[in-house]
Amino acid sequence: MTDTLASKYQLVIQDVHKSYGEKKVLEDIDLTVRSGEFCTVVGPSGCGKSTLLRLILGQEDVSSGFIYIDGKPVGLPSTDRGIVYQRYSLFPHLSVLDNVILGQTLRIAPWSARSKRKAFVDEAMVYLERMRLAEHSHKLPSELSGGMQQRVAIAQALIAKPKILMMDEPFGALDPETREEMQIFILELWDASRFTVFFVTHDLEEALFLGSRIFVLSQFYTDQRGNGQQIRRGAKIVADHHLPKTPLSAETKRAPHFLDLMESIRRDGFNPAHLQHVDDFNLRHPDSFRTLSPGEGDSQSDRMPQLWDKSQ
Amino acid sequence: MRKKPALWGLHASPPGLLKYVLAALPFLVVVLVYLIASDLRHDVNHADKLLPGFGQMLDSLKDLALVPDQRTGKILLLADTLASLKRLLIGVVLASVFGLFLGVNMGLLPGFRALQLSFVTFFSMIPPLAILPILFISFGVGELAKIVLIFIGVFPVIARDIYLASTQVPREQVVKALTLGATQLGVIYRVVLPQILPRLLDTVRLALGPAWLFLIASEAIAATNGLGYRIFLVRRYLAMDIILPYVLWITFIGFSMDWLLRRYMRWRYPWYERGGN
Ligand SMILES: Nc1ncnc2c1ncn2[C@@H]1O[C@H](COP(=O)(O)OP(=O)(O)OP(=O)(O)O)[C@@H](O)[C@H]1O
Ligand SMILES: [Mg+2]
Repeated sequence: MTDTLASKYQLVIQDVHKSYGEKKVLEDIDLTVRSGEFCTVVGPSGCGKSTLLRLILGQEDVSSGFIYIDGKPVGLPSTDRGIVYQRYSLFPHLSVLDNVILGQTLRIAPWSARSKRKAFVDEAMVYLERMRLAEHSHKLPSELSGGMQQRVAIAQALIAKPKILMMDEPFGALDPETREEMQIFILELWDASRFTVFFVTHDLEEALFLGSRIFVLSQFYTDQRGNGQQIRRGAKIVADHHLPKTPLSAETKRAPHFLDLMESIRRDGFNPAHLQHVDDFNLRHPDSFRTLSPGEGDSQSDRMPQLWDKSQ
Repeated sequence: MRKKPALWGLHASPPGLLKYVLAALPFLVVVLVYLIASDLRHDVNHADKLLPGFGQMLDSLKDLALVPDQRTGKILLLADTLASLKRLLIGVVLASVFGLFLGVNMGLLPGFRALQLSFVTFFSMIPPLAILPILFISFGVGELAKIVLIFIGVFPVIARDIYLASTQVPREQVVKALTLGATQLGVIYRVVLPQILPRLLDTVRLALGPAWLFLIASEAIAATNGLGYRIFLVRRYLAMDIILPYVLWITFIGFSMDWLLRRYMRWRYPWYERGGN
C-alpha cells in the first residue's frame, strides 16, 4: 500500500509519533503531500510544528512511524530537502553571493572550486536577479535588512534544487509590510515553478493566504481516552483543507470565505476550551488519510495501515 | 536635548582629543612618580642602582642594542629578541594549529568528544610550570623543552575555547549545510572552521600572556640567550638599568602582537565583530 501512496505522493507521513522523554509532542500523524503543493502547517504555539518539520528534515528521529520522500524513507538531512529557518539560515562569514553559491561549491572538492566558480556565479546571479538582490551580491548578510536576508536564504535553498522546500516561520521576524511583500514574493516564485513547499507558521492568516493546502496541527482535541487534563496528548492534524488559489493579491485576506475559514480553524485548532473529538476532525481534503492506530477501532493486532478515504 | 557630559557618568562621551589625553594620563603619572622617586634616591646615594634614571637606562640600552657583544660578536638585544620570538612563535603556532583541529572536531563530532573532552579538560589542569623539570629532564635544556612548555601551557586553553566556540555554532547551520550538499567533513572544515578562525585569533591574543610567562620561566632556568635569560642573568648585578628596559621591550612586543592580530582580524574578518546575523 505504501507503494501506491509513494507513487502518487511526494511526501508520505504515516503513524508518526514523537516524544521527548515523558512528553508526547506529536501523536499519530498521517499525511500525504502531492508534488507541487504549497502546504502550510499552522497551529498554536508549542504544538510541535517545528518538531514535525525537523522530523521530515532528518534533523531528529521519529519515536515511531515512517516518513517517505518519493517512496524512500528519509535519512539524515540531504539535498532533497531544502530549508529556510527564521534565523541562522545564512552563513555570516560569507557574502551574499558566496552564500548562494555555497551549495554548488560544497558539492565539489575544494581544489576544483576555483575553476568552476565562474559558472556558479553566473547561475547564482540569475537567482539573485530574480530575488531583486543583484546589486547587493557583495554585501555581508549582516548588512542586509531582514527581508533581504530571507530572500537570500530562499535563493540559497532553491539553487540546490530540493524536492521539497521546507520553511519554518521564515517571515516570523519581519515587520508586517515586509512580511506581506515576502508572502507575495514567495507565491510569485512558487507560481512560476511549482516546487513543493512545506511551510510552518503560527500565523493563521499567513497560512491561509500562502497555502494551496493547509494542515492544522493542535493538541486541543479529545478522544476515547476522555477529557481529563491529566491525559498527555500529543498534537494531531485536526483539520486539512484545500485552498483555492485566487489571483494573487493581498486583498484575498479580506474576502468573506477566507475570513470564514479562518474563524473555523481558529475554533477547531486554537481554542483550548473547544475540544473536538478525533472522529469529528475536518479532514475533507481528497488527499487526506488516517491510519487506524491501536486504541482507535480494531487494528490492535494488525499494524498494516488502512486508508480512510474521507472523500468517499 | 541635554548635552552629554564629557567625562562623568553613564552617558559620558569624551571628545576625540580628550580621549587621547585620558589614555595618556595614567602613563604620564607612572613615569612622573618614577622620576621623582628615582631623583630622591639619587639625591641620597649617587650610585643608586635600584631606580636608575632615564639617562642611565638609555646608556645601558645603547650598549646592548647598538654595540656588538665582545664575546659573541652579536648585538645582544637583537639576538635575545630573535631567540625568544622564535621559541614563542613556534610554540604558539603549533598550539594554535593543534588546538584548532582538536577543538573543532570535539565540538562537532560527539564520538570524538566522548573520547577526548575529559582528557583534555584534565590535561589542561596540570600546572605547566610544575612539569618544567620533567620537560628539562626528558627533552634536555635546548630549544625543544622550552617550545614544549609553551605548547603544553597554551594548547589546552586554545582547544577548549575552540571547542566551546564550535558547539555554539547553531545546529541549524550544520543542517543547512548538509541540505546544501556538504559532506560531513565539508561541514566541519568548509563551513564551521572558517567561521571559527577569527575566534582562534582572539583566543591566541589572550593566550599570548601565558605564553610569555612560560617562555621567560623556561629561559630563566636554563638557556644561553633570550630576553628572559638576560633579565635573570643581570639580576645578579642588580642591573635595574637593563632589567627595566628589557621588561618594557617585552611589554612593547606583546602589545604590538596583540595590536597586529586585532588589526588583521578587523581587516580579514570584517563580519566577526559585527556578530553575524
Ligand atoms: N529537544 C527537545 N527536548 C524536549 N522538548 C522539546 C524539544 N524540542 C521541542 N520540545 C517541546 O516540544 C513541544 C513542541 O515544540 P515545537 O518547537 O515543535 O513547537 P512549535 O509548534 O514549533 O512552537 P512555536 O510556534 O513556538 O514555534 C514544545 O512543548 C517544546 O517544549
Ligand atoms: Mg516552531
